[in-house]
Amino acid sequence: MNILILAPAYQGHLHASMGPVLTAAHQLSPKGTIDAIVFEASSGCAAASCAMYVGLTRIWRVVSQDFEQTIAPEWIVPTLVELAQKYDVIMAPANTFGKNIMPNLAAVLDVGQVSDVIKILGPRQFERPIYAGNAIEQVESTDAKILLTIRPIAFDAAVMGTSPVPVENCSLIMGHLKDRVTFISVEKPPSQRPDLQSASVVVSGGRGVGEDFSLIEQLADCFGAAVGASRAAVDAGFITNDCQVGQTGKVVAPDLYIAVGISGAIQHWSGMKDSKVIVAINKDAEAPLSKMADYVLIGDLFQVIPELIVAVKKEKETA
Amino acid sequence: MKILIPIKRVIDHMAKIHIKPDGSGVINDYVKMAINPFDEIAVEQALVLREQGQATQVTVLSIGPVGCVETLRHALALGADQAIHIQTDIPLLPLDIAKLITHIVQKNVFDLVISGKQAIDNDCNQVGQMVAALLGWPQGTFISQVVVEGKTLLVKREVDHGIEQLRLVLPCVLTTDLRLNRPRYASLPNVMKAKNKPLETYTLAQLNFKPREGQKTLQILEPTSREGGILVASIQELIEHLKKEQVL
Ligand SMILES: Cc1cc2nc3c(=O)[nH]c(=O)nc-3n(C[C@H](O)[C@H](O)[C@H](O)COP(=O)(O)OP(=O)(O)OC[C@H]3O[C@@H](n4cnc5c(N)ncnc54)[C@H](O)[C@@H]3O)c2cc1C
Ligand SMILES: Nc1ncnc2c1ncn2[C@@H]1O[C@H](COP(=O)(O)O)[C@@H](O)[C@H]1O
Repeated sequence: MNILILAPAYQGHLHASMGPVLTAAHQLSPKGTIDAIVFEASSGCAAASCAMYVGLTRIWRVVSQDFEQTIAPEWIVPTLVELAQKYDVIMAPANTFGKNIMPNLAAVLDVGQVSDVIKILGPRQFERPIYAGNAIEQVESTDAKILLTIRPIAFDAAVMGTSPVPVENCSLIMGHLKDRVTFISVEKPPSQRPDLQSASVVVSGGRGVGEDFSLIEQLADCFGAAVGASRAAVDAGFITNDCQVGQTGKVVAPDLYIAVGISGAIQHWSGMKDSKVIVAINKDAEAPLSKMADYVLIGDLFQVIPELIVAVKKEKETA
Repeated sequence: MKILIPIKRVIDHMAKIHIKPDGSGVINDYVKMAINPFDEIAVEQALVLREQGQATQVTVLSIGPVGCVETLRHALALGADQAIHIQTDIPLLPLDIAKLITHIVQKNVFDLVISGKQAIDNDCNQVGQMVAALLGWPQGTFISQVVVEGKTLLVKREVDHGIEQLRLVLPCVLTTDLRLNRPRYASLPNVMKAKNKPLETYTLAQLNFKPREGQKTLQILEPTSREGGILVASIQELIEHLKKEQVL
C-alpha cells in the first residue's frame, strides 16, 4: 500500500501533527511506502524538518512564493490530484489545515473521505467519533482511493532520526482558480506559551473566569502549560479563538487538564475527555464537569486559584 | 446576488444521544430535531447580506426525510425567501450531498453558497469544501466575518493559529464558524407567513441521482466513559493527588 501524507506546514514550518499522522500511516501499512508532500516558499524549512522523521521514504517539495503566508486548496489541489495517481491512501491531520484541503481534494478525485480517524481497524476499516464523541462509528471505505484525516491526539507521534530521507522537487501545477483567492493577512495572537495541542499541561478557563484571564495565565505559567478556554469564554471576548477547546475547536489530550469555571457541556468535554488527568475547579458541585473530572475542587475560583498558584510554585521550588 | 444555504436536520445539540442496542445507528425517533446550529448561522448571514442590499434572494435547501420540511419552514420563518427539499430516506454521505447541492446550484444559478462548517451529527466537516471543488469555485472555510467588496468577499477564517483574512472572487463557497453571528428568532407572524412561502420537493429519481457506494457504517458503539472522580477538600489534597499522578 502506498501512502501520501499531506504534511501540515504553515509559513514554512512543519506542524507537530505530522508525527501522529505518520504513526497512523505506519499502522495502516507497516511495510508499504509512505511519502509526504510539503508546500512551502523557498525560504521554508518544513520539507527539511519532515525529512527527519523515521519511516518516511521520500519527501516531495513543492516550492512557490505563494505559500509563504498560507496554503489554499485552490493553489495545491491540481498538483495533489496529479500525484495522487501513485498512491492508494492520502492522509492529513484533522486540524484546520487538513480539514480545509482534504475534502476539496476528495471531491476532485471523486472519492469519499473518512474524517477524524481515531483508530485503524484494518486496511479499509476505521474508527471515528460522531455526535461530539457521544458515539463511535466504525466505517469501511471501499473507494478506489482512501482519503483520511487523522485526529492527532489519538496516535503517538512518530520519532525523528538523525539522517534525512531524500527530498525531491515536485513541480507546481497551478489551476485556474489561482487568482480567485488572495491572502490578505493573518492575525496571530502573540504567545510565549506552549502550543495548545501538544502541551503536556493545559489550564483552561470558562465563562466563570470573567473578563480578566490573567489568573488562568498565571496558573498556566506555574505549570509551563498552554492556556485553553471554553467557547463561552471565547465568545465573550475574554480570550482569542485559537484557545477554544471542544467539538468545534481544538481537541487536546494533555497529561493534565485543569478546567476553571467551566461547566463541562458535552461540546467542551469532547475536546478534552482523553486527557490523562482532569481537574475541575468550580463553585458548583452539580456542574457536569464536577461529576466527570478525576479531581474536583469546589470553591470560588477567585479565592482558590491564587492559593493554588502559591502552592504549585512552592512544590516546583522544592522539587 | 443569489444565495443558497444547504441546511441539515439533526438531533438537537441539547438532546441526549442513544445508540440502538444492535449498534446499527442512533435512535432518531421521539428525539428533538433541529436545524444544524452552523446552518442557522449561515441562514442568518444570508439574511444580513440581503438586509444590507447585497443579496436579492435567499434559498434554503435540505436533503433528507420528510421531516426536513419542518426545518425548511423554520428557515423560511427566519426570513429565507424560498426552499427546496430533496426527499430521501437513504442516509447520504457528504460527497453525495455535495453533488446534489452542486446540481441545484447549476440549475438555478447562484452566486454564493454558505454551508455550515460541520454537521453536529456526523461531524464530517466536508460538504462545503466538496461543493467548492465540484463547482470549481474558491472556498472560504470556518469564517467568522464576511464583507462584500464589489465582486469579491473579504473573509476572516478561524484557523488553528489565529485568524486569517482572505479575499475571494465571487462566485464562491463559504462555511460558517460559530462566531460569525448570533442567529435571530422567528417571530410568530413570520412563522405564519412561512407557511405560504414557496417550497419545491424533488425525489432522487426525479433528479436522476443514484447515491454512490464507497463507504459503509459497520457499527455504532458507545464511547468509553470515564469514572466520576474524587472530591478534594483542600488545595493541599489536590497537590498530593497531582504528585501521586506524576503530573506535578
Ligand atoms: C454547535 C455547538 C458547538 C459548540 N462547540 C463548543 C466547543 O467546541 N467548545 C466549547 O467549550 N463549547 C462549545 N459549545 C458551547 C457549549 O455548549 C457550552 O455553552 C460552553 O462550553 C459553556 O462554556 P462555559 O462552561 O465556560 O460556561 P457556562 O456553562 O456558563 O459555565 C460556567 C461555569 O463557571 C462556574 N463559575 C462561575 N463563577 C465561578 C467562580 N467564581 N468560581 C468557580 N466557578 C465559577 C459556574 O458554576 C459554571 O459551571 C458549542 C455549542 C454548540 C451549540
Ligand atoms: N442532508 C443535508 N442537507 C442539506 N445540507 C447539508 C446536508 N448535510 C450536510 N449539509 C451541509 O453541509 C454542511 C457540512 O456538513 P458535513 O460535511 O456533513 O459535516 C452542513 O453544515 C450543511 O450546511
